[in-house]
Amino acid sequence: MLAEIYEHHILDHTYATLSILGFNLPVTRHLAMMWLACVLLLVLVPAIFHSTSKILAPARNLLEGLVVFVRDEIVLVNLGPGSEGYTPYFCTLFTFILICNGIGLVPFGATATGNISVTAGLAFTTFALILFSGIRKNGLVHYVATLVPHGVPKVLYPLLFPIEVLGLFTKTLALCIRLFANMIGGHFALLTIIGLIFIFGGMGHIVAGVTVLAAVPMALFITLLEVLVVFLQAYVFTVLTAIFTGMAMNPH
Amino acid sequence: MNETMYIGLGYLGASVGAGLVLVGAGIGIGLVGGAAVEGTARQPEASGTLRTTMIIAAALIEGLGFLALVICLLSLMNFSKPKPGEIAAPAAATASAAAPAATSALPGK
Repeated sequence: MLAEIYEHHILDHTYATLSILGFNLPVTRHLAMMWLACVLLLVLVPAIFHSTSKILAPARNLLEGLVVFVRDEIVLVNLGPGSEGYTPYFCTLFTFILICNGIGLVPFGATATGNISVTAGLAFTTFALILFSGIRKNGLVHYVATLVPHGVPKVLYPLLFPIEVLGLFTKTLALCIRLFANMIGGHFALLTIIGLIFIFGGMGHIVAGVTVLAAVPMALFITLLEVLVVFLQAYVFTVLTAIFTGMAMNPH
Repeated sequence: MNETMYIGLGYLGASVGAGLVLVGAGIGIGLVGGAAVEGTARQPEASGTLRTTMIIAAALIEGLGFLALVICLLSLMNFSKPKPGEIAAPAAATASAAAPAATSALPGK
């Protein structure tokens, strides 16, 4: 019985299947959550941006603070001066991951980034960005030539070059697994602690009552830790993407 | 060494592995945090930069820890699946990946 509870809360459910051009595309719970995040971003952010009323002034300040923070602390520091053009991508990445993570904590919500396919897609966009920005700035030949760091003796090139190419994939894979495992781990721990109540409940009602007194504060503490992890993991994904892109654009 | 013993040793190995991963990640992040606190004590005006660097380094180490944890979880989920050409062993049939040991104490709902 516990297995079904875990499967219901962590795995994906298919609601319907669209059939487009011969492909069967399932509409699942995590996909619906990602659509919700997209709708929130596409509707709320322009509404706040174009608003002029005094009530929404704190929201406008929040939006401006967020964009200036991403531009000054994440993009300009890591990608070098003159790279403000990358700010919209990093703002989108940060807020999309933040909303997808945060929806999982709300009742009737599911964590879209708790699905490894979603985080693999995000890591793939990071991979594409690293290659695109490195090749655009340095040219294809120069980018591949400077994959190996500067100042390494020439004899080590045949050893280091495959390691560096593999490192490109490994860094992206680590990004994917980091975000996925952080999001799933919180929900796993929460489900296990609440499940303890039902497991001890098999021994009798009094034992279940005592377990409730111990388990519910622990679950509350883990939920608060979850909120911290939501913000932190969105920030860490964005910062690491910026660092890897900066390393690809400015090899020195 | 019968079938149940193999499965039990497998569970033991995966769980002990997950605990060892925790030791490594804990030591790593503790070292980074301690260095950041000492740097802030020496030079309080650099605390913002130090905090950012500490968070990035801690996230990288924690990423490795989670990678190993995912491997342990995947191996645990594999033990209860019947291999091709055999019936599921009764000891493993009711144990899912994350159900704690006291599955026999579940209320019969």
